[in-house]
Amino acid sequence: MFGAGALVLGSQILPVRAKASTTNAAWSPSLFLGVDTDGTVTIIAHRSEMGTGIRTSLPMVVADELGADWNRVKVQQALGDESFGSQDTDGSCSIRDFYDQMREVGASARLMLERAAASKWSVPASECKAVNHAVSHAGSGRSVGFGELVALAAAQPVPRKEELHLISPAEFRYIGKGVPLVDLEALTTGKGMFAMDARMPGMVFASIERPPVLGGKVNSVDDSGARKVTGVSGIVSIPTFKPPHGFQPLGGVAVIADNTWSAMQGRRKLKIDWDLGPNAAFDSVSFRKAMVETSHAPQKVLRDVGNVDQEFAKGGKVIEADYYTPLLAHVPMEPPAAVAEFKDGKCVVYAATQSPVDLQNSVAAGLGIDKKDVTCHVTLLGGGFGRKSKPDFAVEAAMLSKTVGKPVKVVWSREDDVRFDYYHSTAAMYMKAQLDHSGKPTAWLQRSVFPPIGSTFAPNTTYGDEGEMAMGWTDVPFEIPNHRAENGPAEAHVRIGWLRSVANVYHAFAVQSFVNELATAAGRDPIDYFLELLGEPRKFDPHPGGKPFGNYGKSLENYPWDTGRLRRVVETVRDQSGWGKKKTLGFAAHRSFLTYVAVVAEVDVNDRGQVRIPRVHMAIDCGQVIHPDRVKAQFEGAAVFGTSIAMLGEITASDGRVKQSNFDSYPVARIHESPIETHVHIVASNEPPTGVGEPGVPPMAPAICNAIFAGTGTRIRELPVKKTKLV
Amino acid sequence: MATQLTINGRSTTVDAPPDTPLLWVLRDVLNLHGTKYGCGIGQCGACTVHLAGQAVRSCLTPISAAANQKITTIEGLSPNGQHPLQVAWQQIDVPQCGYCQAGQIMSAAALLAKHPKPTDDQIDSAMNGNLCRCGTYLRVRQAIHQAAGQGKV
Repeated sequence: MFGAGALVLGSQILPVRAKASTTNAAWSPSLFLGVDTDGTVTIIAHRSEMGTGIRTSLPMVVADELGADWNRVKVQQALGDESFGSQDTDGSCSIRDFYDQMREVGASARLMLERAAASKWSVPASECKAVNHAVSHAGSGRSVGFGELVALAAAQPVPRKEELHLISPAEFRYIGKGVPLVDLEALTTGKGMFAMDARMPGMVFASIERPPVLGGKVNSVDDSGARKVTGVSGIVSIPTFKPPHGFQPLGGVAVIADNTWSAMQGRRKLKIDWDLGPNAAFDSVSFRKAMVETSHAPQKVLRDVGNVDQEFAKGGKVIEADYYTPLLAHVPMEPPAAVAEFKDGKCVVYAATQSPVDLQNSVAAGLGIDKKDVTCHVTLLGGGFGRKSKPDFAVEAAMLSKTVGKPVKVVWSREDDVRFDYYHSTAAMYMKAQLDHSGKPTAWLQRSVFPPIGSTFAPNTTYGDEGEMAMGWTDVPFEIPNHRAENGPAEAHVRIGWLRSVANVYHAFAVQSFVNELATAAGRDPIDYFLELLGEPRKFDPHPGGKPFGNYGKSLENYPWDTGRLRRVVETVRDQSGWGKKKTLGFAAHRSFLTYVAVVAEVDVNDRGQVRIPRVHMAIDCGQVIHPDRVKAQFEGAAVFGTSIAMLGEITASDGRVKQSNFDSYPVARIHESPIETHVHIVASNEPPTGVGEPGVPPMAPAICNAIFAGTGTRIRELPVKKTKLV
Repeated sequence: MATQLTINGRSTTVDAPPDTPLLWVLRDVLNLHGTKYGCGIGQCGACTVHLAGQAVRSCLTPISAAANQKITTIEGLSPNGQHPLQVAWQQIDVPQCGYCQAGQIMSAAALLAKHPKPTDDQIDSAMNGNLCRCGTYLRVRQAIHQAAGQGKV
C-alpha cells in the first residue's frame, strides 16, 4: 500500500553505503537507518521539513519500533533520491504513506539486533528483546548495547517482511506521545539552516527582474546603470520558458553581485523593454465577471443524483447564491531561495524544496544534463504551503551558475514572491436549492468555475481534474434526492498551483456557507440541520458503480468516506464549544485529505465593522495520532492560515500584472488579527493515520463567515471579508 | 567606505556603502544568518535585532545609523541560548517552520525588557509587527507569559 518506497526493505535492500544519501554508519540495515559502534543511531528524514515536524515524527516512529533511545538518535536529512520513494512533501501524506514503512524499517533492524544477541549468547532469538538501546535476555538477565552488536547484526540476513513483529501499542514509548522537535534548539537560537542561509565557497548572488506578465519576453535591456552599482559583477539573461511553463523559470534579466543587497540595487537600475505577450489583457475584474457568467449556464456534469431539472420545474422555495474567492499567494516567510553550482557537467543544489526529485528533474532539463548528475540538498524550509513544490527558483540558480561559472544564490524578494507565485486559483460558484415545506432541500445544484492547476502543465486546460473536483465538490455528503455537481471552464493567465488544502478552500467556502443559508431559510439550528442532511452514518461513495472517486489517491475500501466520523466531529465540536449559548458562533465541517474536521468560530464585530476572533474550536478525526502536539500545532496554525484566507487574502491583476507586491498590499493575519484561543479536540480513533497539515484550513473561512452572519445578519458570499461592509 | 559596528559585544569594521541595510551586512558580510530577510520594508519583523536595546527592523536600518551603537542579534541574545524566552519557547514547542522565530524572540525580549509582566494588549502591540505564516501566535503569547513568570497558558 505504500508505493515504491516499501521496496527498500527486504530483499530489495541496498548494500551498505551504496548510496551517498544513506548514513555513513558502520551498519546500515536499511536506506533509512544506520547504527554505529558507539551506539549512535542515525535515521534518515526523507521528507522536507517546512514546519509540520515531519523531520521529527517519522524518525521517531523508526526509533520507537527499533527500541532505540531517542536521546541517542541523530536525524539526517536525505538528499533527493528516488530510492526513498516519494519525497514530494505535499498532500498531507507523509505520515499516511510512510508510517507503516517506518515501523517496518525499525522492526527489521530490531529483529537483526535481537538475532545478533541471540547468536552471541547461543540462545533462541525469541528470548531476546530490544528495549531502550540494548538487547536483553530474560532468562539470564544479560544485556548488550546496540553499538556492541553492530558487527554481528550486520552479518544477519535481512528479515523477510513476514518475519517482522511490530511492537504493540501498549509498548509504544514515543508513538502517540511525541518527542521534542529535533530542530527546536536551532530554531530558537538562529542556527537553523534554511536555503536563504546556504552558502558555497566563491558564491555570488543574483536578483532577477522577471517579465511582468506571464509569458512576456525581453525585447531589449539597458544595463548601464545596473553595472555601475557597487558590488555588481554581471548581467545575465534568462530565456522565457516554452509552454507549458511547468517548473521552468519565467525568464528575465539577472543581476549578479557579491551580496544580495547590491544585486537588488543593481536590478532597480535595469531598463527593460518587454514584449508582454497575450496575457497582458488579463484583468481580474472582467475575468471574475466571465467566470460568474459561466457559472450561470449549464456545464459539465460530474455527479448527478435523481433529476434536479425536473425537481426545480415543480416549483417551490428556491434559494440561489453566488460565491466568489480570489487568487491567493502562498507567501511563506522565507521567500523562494536556492544555491546552485554547475561544474564539470554536474550540478549541486541547496534548496528549500518540498520535492527534491522534481527539483533534480527540472534542473537537469534546464541544464540539459542527466538527472543523476543533479545533487539536491534539502535545507529547512521557511514555510512551504505548496509553493516550494515548484522548483523554478532552483532552476534559475542552476542556469545562472552555468553561465557565470560560479555557485549562484538566487534570492526572491518578497515582491517577486507575491508577483510571480503559482497562485491558488480564483473560483466562482453558483448554488441553487429548492426546499420542501419542512425546509429540507429536495434539489441541490452546485456549479464551480476556476482556472485549474492543470493549466500549469498543459496549456489550454480549462476544467478541473478529478483531484480538484474530488476536493469537496463531487463529495458533498448530504442525502438529497436530486443533487448535481458541475464544473465549467476558465483559462489561466497567471501560473496556477496548489496551496495548503487546494480546491477544498473554495469548495468548502461555497458548500458550507450555502448549507448555512439553507438552515437560516428553514429557520433551523445550523448544526441540527447539517446533521439531518448528513443522514445516518454510512460509507459514502460519490460515484457508486461509476469511475472511482479520487479520495486523495486512496481506495474507498481502505479509506472509506465515513459520514459517521464526520458526524462525530460535528457533535464533538458542538458539545465542546458552547454552541447554542452564544449568538456570534459560526459552524462548518469538512472532510479533506481523508481527515474529518468540524469548526466552531466565535467572532466579535465592533461598531466600526472590525472583526476579532476570540475563540475557535476544532474537532478532528485524523485516525491514529502519531505526534499529538504536532497535530495540535498544525490545526492551531491552520486556524490562522484560514483566518488570513477569510479576512485578508486577495491577489488582483490588471494589464496582466499582479497588483500586490508585499505584506502591505497582500496582508496575512497578525497576532492581534488571529484567533486569540484555538482549542483542538482530537477525537480518539483506531483508523489508519490520515492528513493533518491541510485539513484544518477549509472549514475556517465558512465558519468565520457563518459566525459573522450570526452576529450581524450580513451574509458573506465573497472572500476576503474585508470586501464587504459590515456596518 | 568603512563602518564600525559593535555586534554581540564584538567590534568589527565593514566596508560597504553607508546606506546598506544592516540586515544584508549581518547576513552576507558577517555570516550572521539568524537574522532573516522576509520583506525588506519593515512589514514582517523577521529581521528584528536590538539597537541600543530597542527592537528595530534591520532591513530598514542603514549601517550608518547603527554605527557605534550596541547591536544584538539572536546569536548574541544569551551566551548559551538559554534566555528565559528561548527556554519558554522550547518548553512550549513554539516553532513550526521556525523562519520567523528569531525575529519573534528578539521583539519579545525587547518587550520584556520594558514590561517584565506584559498584558495581552502589550503583547499585541509589541508583537504585531512580527508575522508568522505558520500561525504560531497562540504559543508565542503563551511563551512570553511563561518567560515573564506568569505561567499564563
